[in-house]
Amino acid sequence: MGKATEWFRRTFHRMGSPRWFFAGSRGWMLGLYLVGGTLIAIGSAWGLGFAPTDRLQGDSYRILYVHVPAAHLAEAVYVAIAIAGAVHLVWRMKMADLAIAAAAPVGMTLTAAALATGYIWGIPTWGTGWVWDARTTSMLVLLFLYFGLIALRQAVPRADRAALAVSVLAIVGVVNIPIIKYSVDWFTTLHQPASIRIGERPSIDPSMLWPLAVNALGYYLFLVGVVIAALRAKIIEREAKADWVRTWVQTR
Amino acid sequence: MTPLRRQRAATVLFVLAGAGVTLAVAMLALEQDINLFYPPEQVVAGEAPIGKRIRAGGMVAAGSVAHDDTGLGVSFVVTDYQGSEFRVDYEGLLPGLFGEGEGVLVAGQLRADGVFEAEEVLAKHDENYMPPEVADMMAATGEQP
Repeated sequence: MGKATEWFRRTFHRMGSPRWFFAGSRGWMLGLYLVGGTLIAIGSAWGLGFAPTDRLQGDSYRILYVHVPAAHLAEAVYVAIAIAGAVHLVWRMKMADLAIAAAAPVGMTLTAAALATGYIWGIPTWGTGWVWDARTTSMLVLLFLYFGLIALRQAVPRADRAALAVSVLAIVGVVNIPIIKYSVDWFTTLHQPASIRIGERPSIDPSMLWPLAVNALGYYLFLVGVVIAALRAKIIEREAKADWVRTWVQTR
Repeated sequence: MTPLRRQRAATVLFVLAGAGVTLAVAMLALEQDINLFYPPEQVVAGEAPIGKRIRAGGMVAAGSVAHDDTGLGVSFVVTDYQGSEFRVDYEGLLPGLFGEGEGVLVAGQLRADGVFEAEEVLAKHDENYMPPEVADMMAATGEQP
């Protein structure tokens, strides 16, 4: 077996240990908060204060500096949750289930933020806040999937049964993600198609794109930090009876 | 992977494939209903129902917007730049981004004579974002945004 495979194997097994993750993740969390927070501050100030106005929308386009990262992350978090669901179903890894429990409220909040900012932007731009087109509707379905992930866990009393049910829902729900992404290409929608596509020149001017890129990277890093923080809280909750948790609490 | 895990992995893939196929079939069957509006081509070809509340959309043809002298009445031509176009009559306020050469979505009824009587007009923004100076430069060089 190659060295890289061996390293991956060892990391994978360690990630399965709540105690190991808890001990090693604090520095990562703080680092992600710091770097992500700084990038968000720079990107937001740049985008809101210094990027030029749009030829048609004027200043109202600036909401994309929140809308685009929120919508993109809302989908990315769901894909991560689905992968964790598959890992949990195949390896019965407790940490994968805890990761779903930690990430679901974050994804739900991001989806709600994307829908809310889209509504606010729609009023001056489209002339209406909401329309039942394929993009907005599939995004609303994503919000309900997040509700489902959170509610299902609370509806099943036994933690291990709840974990299995949540994992299955996480995997089935992931089919919605390509629909959200391609809805604007497959169907006629009021929502515009993507401005940034892999292998094509972006149809958003570089002077507006750069602050968005900085902001999006900042949101990614910061929210991974938030998920780690939530995961640490879930670990303490689930392992409350373990000796190492007692020791940790006593030394604080 | 142990045989048990291999079996579980196969189940995961099977569930995923099942959900994907189910959804794909449902979407193919419902395609006409998922589409938000009729493009000009379908309106002109008579594929859009007459006298029912529908939505249609396309681009506002340059030079076609005509306001009436007395009230809020306005008429314009919606085109796809491919030779299909239809006239829209509307009475009411237009959204801020409504303009010639821009995307538009109209809700209302298609009359038998091919004119669309709109009850609601929405602006459809495209995927182009640029500062006014860049737009002016592109217009000067004749480049399309």
